[in-house]
Amino acid sequence: MSTAVDLRDPSTFPSRRVEAWKYTDLRRVLRETPPPSPAIKIAPGGPFASLGGEEIAFANGRAVGADAFVASGKQTLRLRFVSDATGTGHSASVRIAVKPGAKLTLLESHEGAGAGYVANYRIDLDVPAGAEVTRVVLIDEPSEAISVAAAHVKTSPGAVYRQTTITGGAKLQRQETHLAHGGEATEVTLDGVYALSGERHTDLTSVVRHGGLNGVTSQLTKGVVRDTARGAFQGKIVVERGADGTDARMGHHALILGERAEVDAKPELEIYADDVQCAHGNTVGNLDESALFYMQQRGIPADEARALLTQAFLFEVVDRIDHEGAREVVRSWLTARL
Amino acid sequence: MLSISNLHVTIGDKPILKGLTLDVPAGEVHAIMGPNGAGKSTLGYALSGRPGYEATEGTVSWQGQDLLDLEPAERAAKGVFLSFQYPIEIPGVPALTFVRTALNAQKRARGEEEVSAPAFLKMVRAASSALKMDFDMLKRPLNVGFSGGEKKRMEILQMALLEPSLLILDETDSGLDIDALRIVSEGVNALRSPDRAMLVITHYQRLLDYIKPDRVHVLAGGRIVASGGPELAHQLEAEGYDKYLPQAA
Repeated sequence: MSTAVDLRDPSTFPSRRVEAWKYTDLRRVLRETPPPSPAIKIAPGGPFASLGGEEIAFANGRAVGADAFVASGKQTLRLRFVSDATGTGHSASVRIAVKPGAKLTLLESHEGAGAGYVANYRIDLDVPAGAEVTRVVLIDEPSEAISVAAAHVKTSPGAVYRQTTITGGAKLQRQETHLAHGGEATEVTLDGVYALSGERHTDLTSVVRHGGLNGVTSQLTKGVVRDTARGAFQGKIVVERGADGTDARMGHHALILGERAEVDAKPELEIYADDVQCAHGNTVGNLDESALFYMQQRGIPADEARALLTQAFLFEVVDRIDHEGAREVVRSWLTARL
Repeated sequence: MLSISNLHVTIGDKPILKGLTLDVPAGEVHAIMGPNGAGKSTLGYALSGRPGYEATEGTVSWQGQDLLDLEPAERAAKGVFLSFQYPIEIPGVPALTFVRTALNAQKRARGEEEVSAPAFLKMVRAASSALKMDFDMLKRPLNVGFSGGEKKRMEILQMALLEPSLLILDETDSGLDIDALRIVSEGVNALRSPDRAMLVITHYQRLLDYIKPDRVHVLAGGRIVASGGPELAHQLEAEGYDKYLPQAA
């Protein structure tokens, strides 16, 4: 997982023979460096526009203004990755720093138009002592897009970091989070929601490395797949030697609503410390038949009952987003998709 | 009038109801009593259209309308309400949202105007206080973490709000202490009306002290084998079901 994809170098495109990419065969859909995407003009906005704050945007990989941000005090930043291209590729990387004690709401959107573009992003984020970051990532890409994004997050003692990724998938899509969980009493929430239909694919991969004492990680990912869609979840938690008192919990739960849909899950715990509480749970199933009948018995037609149950299933994760405005945006985005 | 004629129902390949015939006129409360495994719950599920309960023969009509061809939600819109022995938990769907969705779905199906949110809340406040329910409980996911008594009250609350015309109560007394039984029974009795029929399915006579039936039927071996007035329930309580079991004949 450490080898980063570089669009300029096809030898960095992993195939499923690479263990960490076994559910996401990038090489199968991308063999050569794609021609560069054209420059495009975009207006400020995006799905979180109504929530205000500062905006940093990348249009087909090009920074519209600044390509880095330093948060201080209490701030909202809308980080937008906008793609509008067909058959071309682009990359971008952004560094976000937070001052100690600052509170940042990072509303990130991956907004895609066109078809068949290839996008590759890297985000570096430092959360220092006493800082609090809530990152909400909403990924809305066309069914022909290919995208790989990796966030590298470093947390320091007493920091709070909450992340929720919400995605509708693409032709091939991967969202990686690499989190260095540092120091005393750092709290991390790492959540995800995927709702896939058609032939869409997504892969939510995370590696959390606990290096300090008494760190807390709570991870909940839920997904729904229909038709021939494929969802993959790979969650790895490493508790390093000396990271005693770590409390890490990981859950992944998926509903398979299409006979040819597929979900692959790989939860991993590696523990080298003492006095650690770690747990993971993983379930894959269908909607509860008795709940469906109960709802229909009360007059709710079958399709509506299914949608309501599916929505309720996913909203458990959405309800954990610690920002009311973002929660509402995500709720309506998901509702429109179900 | 609920009219069931020669109803045969199988689950998988297993016949459960074997020629059940029963009429319940509107305005009456009929009790269905019987030993375990007689097909009492199957009757409730077959009338409400649960998948897997296949009617292979016979007819069921309610207010002149054939029920067996209708989807469960369509039957509900025609007034059929099954109160579950074990009400289902619906995680993530607040009780208020659930009932309002159900009520408006039924109204849409009948071509009636939907109920607005404020009007609905007013209805719920009145109905829940009559059942001595904590209104805040209704903001929680339906039945999740509710006690047995709270779940049954929730069923009665739904009845009061959905105003069904054919009520089927499946073992409503199970899991209830005496106080809860009294409150639930009062809720049911408040719904007795000349245009409503009720089918009370119960193993024990106890519930019928609170919900007084006009007629009592014994269901055994998949058929109605005896019918009588309320005194039949007392007789069953005293003598048991032995004489209705095939091996005791």
